[in-house]
Formats: sequence, structure tokens, C-alpha cells
Amino acid sequence: MNEVCFKNLDKDQCWSLETYEASGGYSTWRKILKGEYTPDEIINELKISGLRGRGGAGFPTGLKWSFMPRNAEGQKYIVCNSDEGEPGTCKDRDILRFNPHAVIEGMAIGGYVMDATVGYNYIRGEFMEPFKRFEGALKEAYAAGLLGKNINGSEVSFDLYSHLGAGAYICGEETALLESIEGKKGQPRFKPPFPANVGLFGKPTTINNTESFASVPDIMQNGGQWFADLGVENSGGTKLFSVSGHVNNPANFEVSMGMPFSELLELAGGMRNGAKLKAVIPGGSSTPVLTAEAAMAMTMDYDGIDKAGSMLGAGSVIIMDDSTCMVEALTRLAHFYYDESCGQCTPCREGTGWLYRVLKRIMDGQGKADDIDLLLGVQEKIMGNTICALGDAAAMPVESFLRNFREEFEYYIEHKKSMVKG
Amino acid sequence: MISDNAKKQIDTWIAKYPEGRQSSAVMEALKIVQAENENQLSHDTIQAVADYLNMPGIAAAEVATFYENYNHQPVGKHIIRFCHNISCMLNGSDDLIAHLETKLGVKTGEVTKDGLISVKKVECLGACVGAPMFQIGDQYYENLTTDKIDDIVDGLK
Repeated sequence: MNEVCFKNLDKDQCWSLETYEASGGYSTWRKILKGEYTPDEIINELKISGLRGRGGAGFPTGLKWSFMPRNAEGQKYIVCNSDEGEPGTCKDRDILRFNPHAVIEGMAIGGYVMDATVGYNYIRGEFMEPFKRFEGALKEAYAAGLLGKNINGSEVSFDLYSHLGAGAYICGEETALLESIEGKKGQPRFKPPFPANVGLFGKPTTINNTESFASVPDIMQNGGQWFADLGVENSGGTKLFSVSGHVNNPANFEVSMGMPFSELLELAGGMRNGAKLKAVIPGGSSTPVLTAEAAMAMTMDYDGIDKAGSMLGAGSVIIMDDSTCMVEALTRLAHFYYDESCGQCTPCREGTGWLYRVLKRIMDGQGKADDIDLLLGVQEKIMGNTICALGDAAAMPVESFLRNFREEFEYYIEHKKSMVKG
Repeated sequence: MISDNAKKQIDTWIAKYPEGRQSSAVMEALKIVQAENENQLSHDTIQAVADYLNMPGIAAAEVATFYENYNHQPVGKHIIRFCHNISCMLNGSDDLIAHLETKLGVKTGEVTKDGLISVKKVECLGACVGAPMFQIGDQYYENLTTDKIDDIVDGLK
């Protein structure tokens, strides 16, 4: 446990430069400044490590970095996505609060690899404590001569700034995030062109999640193989899991990929009040809900969760016991997507409203017999028909809740009350 | 319309972006100006921000109405932003919101008569392992109970 992003968690002032450097922090960056690494060597190490994007998409980080046209003329950018806000997800907040220098060093290494001399860390607007921590770390790094132009007389330059959001889940979508940094509404862009070619301010840009960046320094320090061996095949390394809901000890846990779900549940103190596990959302609100049986047979890695019928996502594990009304839970999730749809694509803008209103009327005792088919029809029409993944994110919970817990919805419609809560 | 102090703060944000890209600072500029105007934006303050950043008023207005952190109606001196999404809901946020509403004599979306506090139900604030939680100003308050809420609210001045 706690071997990478959280390795200094138990130390005093774990966020300070002193603590970070005492555990080998900035050693890779200092080597880069001395000309001891080529970009290809770093990309190769990342590929060996098996690190995959920790924001939810799971795209191999080394491969992503290799897509940047590093030799192209002109400014390039590197951007960190700390716009955390999918229900259940709260790991990046702790990385920023407790290990901000790992994010800085990870971004600096990425900047060097991709010849991006400027970076932005997009932090959600509500995260003022993490923002201040990150700003403090930036100040320390600049004062120590680790950032800036021609650092330590080298040819390497890297300037890093934080940008604050203002309350919009959609800005976690990478092209919406770029729009937001440009001072616009956060509405996702059409792809292609991809950000690696036309990104921030029209320049080549690579965007990675906070946890992905924070994992890079330790991968470089200990080697890609070390990181890969921490996990399992196809899911290298450790992963932060935010375990919330009906458990005794909700918290963020950094554990090896491949850990059985049952062990993670134990780590989180087990079920509160000894209640029975009913359902698990394993990767954040947009990932399909699983029954207790499916969850208990699952391992916590990309393939393991995929096999169980869901997705690892951002590692946001929401635990529900048998007192949970699944109609109520889905209605709450539907409200989230209804509220957060940016309004650009018709299927999502209209569809999320339909999903919420139909669920709401079921909860108000006004449900109709064919509402379940209506919900399934609406989610199917959203799925795959929008510019960004928010549409799919809104659709997937509906399909999975209805597939796994259909009888509760039928009961609610017929009896005008919850099967669980009465 | 924009105070010198606000301009100074906005300038530190403008400095982060490439030359000619000062509109990147609009989100913070709007927050800074909002904080100086009773937590609220008006057509005139939005236009003033746009003018200061040399961008069209409509572009600033789009930002001001797209993001959740801006207020266009009167709000309290303190805004309690109560998360009600899944992890908080599973931990009893609905009952706690009801408790808060009763205590303050307002519904979510309303302001107390003395103008001190308004309550807003918000979507996930990214502190799910500390559910139930709310935010006041820059501060998160986690693992809330009715007693804890009473203490926090009674301390607001």
C-alpha cells in the first residue's frame, strides 16, 4: 500500500519540497537538466511501466506522449487535468494536497519529453485548499531553481501555472478543459484534430490526469519494470481507489492493481453496521453498476473490472448496502448528468433531461408501465451519438441499473413506493 | 467599476497566459469582481470585466452564465454549498439539508432574512470519502452531522 503517489503520506509536512526530495523527488528532473536522459528513453520506460491514464479512459501514457510532434516548430503545451468531479471521485484532491511536487515533477518530465516549455494545471474551482497547496509547491520549486527558463544554465525551460475552474464537470473532458483555459464556455471540441496537433491556443498539447503525472517520477526513479510488477498484466502499478458510501472507513487507498475487490472492501473497514452489500459502482458514477455477487468476484484492475461488466474509470468505488433504493440512487445520478450536460449536442442535452424527469416521475408515484422501456430507449439514443463521452456517461448507469435491478423499478412504478424503503 | 485591488489581482492571472490571451483570465476576473460586489454579478460588472480583458461582453456573459460558481441573484454573505450527490446521499445528506433548511428557516436557493446565509444544493464537490459534506467560501466541511452543522452555522458572522 501507498507505494507511489501516497508514499510520503505518513510523513510530517508530506507536501513539502524537503519531504519530497528526501525520498528521491526531483532526482529524475535533475538528471534531465544535466542531459542524462533522452525523451525516447523516458517514453520507453513509461511504456514498460504499463501506466495507463488514471482519469478514466485508461489510455497508455507512454504511447500518448509519443504522439506529440516534439520536433515541430513553435510553442507546445502540457496540461494537467485536476478538474475532478465525477460523483465518487476524490483522489486527485488528495494528490494535490499531499504530494503536489510529484505532479510538478511529472509535468516537468512530460514537458521535456514533448518539448512543451509551458504547462497548466487545471484545478477545479472549488478545490481552494488543493490549489493553495499546489501554488505553495510551485513557489518552492521556483525558489529552488527547478522551474523557469534555461533552468540551471541548461537548455531546458519549463514554466508551470495553475488555472482554476468555476464549477463545470464537463471541463474534465480534455477539449472542454482547453476551451475553458482559453476563457470560454467548457464545450468539447470535435476530434480530429486531436489536441496533440491542435490543442491549447491552437498549439500541440498533451493532457494527462493528476494521478498519471504524479506516478511518472517514481516510475523513472525505480524503473518501468518495477512499476509494472506492482500491478498485474495490462494494469501496471498501483492505483488510488476512492472508496465511499456504506463502509466503515471511507478513504482513498493506494493499492496494487489486481487486488480482489473483497480485500479493498476490508481495507475500507467492511460494510457499515454489518449490513449486506447490495451494489457497487466501481469506477465513478458513469461506470456501470454491479451486483454484489459480480463485485465480490472481481479484481481491481482494468481487465478484472471489465470482465465483471463495468470499468475501472477513475477508481471511484461507491459501495451501497441493502438499505439503498436503486431507483433513488439512479435518479440522483441522472440529475447529475442533467445538470452537467453542456448543452451542445441534442441527444445529451435533451436526453439527460428526459432521463431525469422520467425517473423523477417514477419517484413521485407517477410512473407509467412503459417508463422502463422509455428510459432504455432514451439512453440508447444518447449512447455514441454525442461529441464527447458525457453522453455515454449519462447513459451507462441507466442501462446497468435497469439490467441489474429492474424489479425495483417495476415495483416502484406499480406500487408508487420504494421496494426497499417503503 | 473594477477596483484597483481587483485589477491587481486580475493582472496576476493575465500574466500566466501568452500575450494577447488575456481573456483566459476571465473566469478568475469574474470571481474577483463578484467577491467585491456582494457575491453577485450584474450585466454592468460582466461588461466591465470584458472591457478590462478586451473581449466582447457577450463572451464574458457566456462564461458567467455557463459556470456554476457565478451568482446572478442575491445571495447571502456566506453561501453554504451542500453536496447532494450519490456518496453524500448514501450518507444522509438529504436529511441534513432538511435540518439546515429548518434551522435557517429557508429553502435551498433562498437567503436568510438578515442576508447572512444562503443555501445551495450542488453536485459532487469531489470529497466523497468525507461525505456528507458542504463548502462555505474556500473551506470544505466533511463528515457532517446535525451537531456539527449547528456549530458551523452558529459560528457564521
